[in-house]
Amino acid sequence: MNLTLKIWRQKNISDKGGFKDYKVTDISKDMSFLEMLDVLNEQLSDKGEDPVHFDHDCREGICGMCSLHINGKPHGPLQTTTCQLHMRSFNDGETITIEPWRATAFPVVKDLVVDRSSFDRIIQAGGYVSVNTGGVPDANEIPIPKRIADEAFDAATCIGCGACVAACKNASAMLFTSAKISQLAMLPQGQVERKERAEKMIAQMDSEGFGACTNTGACSAECPKGISLSNIARMNREYFAASVSSENV
Amino acid sequence: MSWVTKTLNSTLGKKLLMALTGLFLILFLVVHLAGNLQLLLPDEGESFNIYAETMANNPLIKVVSIGNFAFILIHVIWAILLTKTNKKARPVSYAVSNASTNSTWASRNMGILGTVILLFLIIHLRGFWYEFKFGEIPTIVYDGITYKNGFAIISEAYSNILYVIVYVVAMGFLGFHLSHGFASAFQTLGLNHVKYSPLIKKVGSIFSIVIPALFALIPIVMYIQTL
Repeated sequence: MNLTLKIWRQKNISDKGGFKDYKVTDISKDMSFLEMLDVLNEQLSDKGEDPVHFDHDCREGICGMCSLHINGKPHGPLQTTTCQLHMRSFNDGETITIEPWRATAFPVVKDLVVDRSSFDRIIQAGGYVSVNTGGVPDANEIPIPKRIADEAFDAATCIGCGACVAACKNASAMLFTSAKISQLAMLPQGQVERKERAEKMIAQMDSEGFGACTNTGACSAECPKGISLSNIARMNREYFAASVSSENV
Repeated sequence: MSWVTKTLNSTLGKKLLMALTGLFLILFLVVHLAGNLQLLLPDEGESFNIYAETMANNPLIKVVSIGNFAFILIHVIWAILLTKTNKKARPVSYAVSNASTNSTWASRNMGILGTVILLFLIIHLRGFWYEFKFGEIPTIVYDGITYKNGFAIISEAYSNILYVIVYVVAMGFLGFHLSHGFASAFQTLGLNHVKYSPLIKKVGSIFSIVIPALFALIPIVMYIQTL
């Protein structure tokens, strides 16, 4: 395959940045999208040019590190991570536009790399269960119905890649935050800090500069893990219930 | 009560106000439509005029109508606040966007749809509400009691084809606004359930077609009657 790549290049966080066109030739249909970018970067390195910077880690679709807004969609045309996207999803001779994710809370660090530590700070605000040290409890000491365990697990499959923010017209982090609140709100271990968690995580989410939810459903439609919109409804319930009943005046 | 303002100032709280006011306005649409369909009764406006007079003199309706104006205002002001927050959340937009594959057009353009509805509302209130309240209205006598003849003003307005077109087009915008807003309000309130959410979506779709269509029917029928 021969392709034209229209890639966002930006030197650093304060640079204005702009698109630059590149040509890649003899790309195999079986290559992953990131392997195609590796080919481009080898070419650029050989020529002594600065390679295109992009985030990646496991390349197995489980770490949430890769990003990229490809042809107007986060993670490209399929509902998967960019590392699991293959070149057979594109046509020979096609022009592919690659942009970084756009959000105030995700500043562009360089080229296609964005700083997603705003997600980490939302987790730090309350996305955990405080456990006193001591002996490890027996596996089935706390009974949890299978249905609840499954639902909590579905929410917990969120890999925090930020595709929801990238897809949302408001750059809202509701799907991410709601998944993280839900996975703990449904389980007995999460009950102690339940109200405090909802209040703190949403306050942090707002202070990071993410937008509000318009319920377009774009986040869930683009989420590589298919996190459901029902989590956002649950987060709203958790938050409103916590607001009226918590001890936090 | 700082926790109340804190809650309502969060993105979720702002959306809560949008949902609650939106649902009230949806209820208002039903009541308004039920009253206005009397314009189509073949009695030269008698039942409509009597109904309008009764509504105008009912203290409960007066309170509700003040609430109604307040809720419209809150719905508009909070929409502006939210839009500002949302625009600030993405100052640089994408060069290529393929949003039509992940969401409906109406859901992405609620602000534009709402703005058109607001413009229509201003025309509508100036043309009828203001005239009824403060304008020179002809009167008519039924069974020895004098009533304001609002029917005469409405049928005169609807004899103008331009007015009819404005009304029908505005109802199209209302339909699209409701097609997203109805179900979205329930989701914002946290009312999402495997049993009821599909039903809410269906009722919302039917509501967004039937209610605006019946509203649009009134000027169309009254225009045809004047031919």
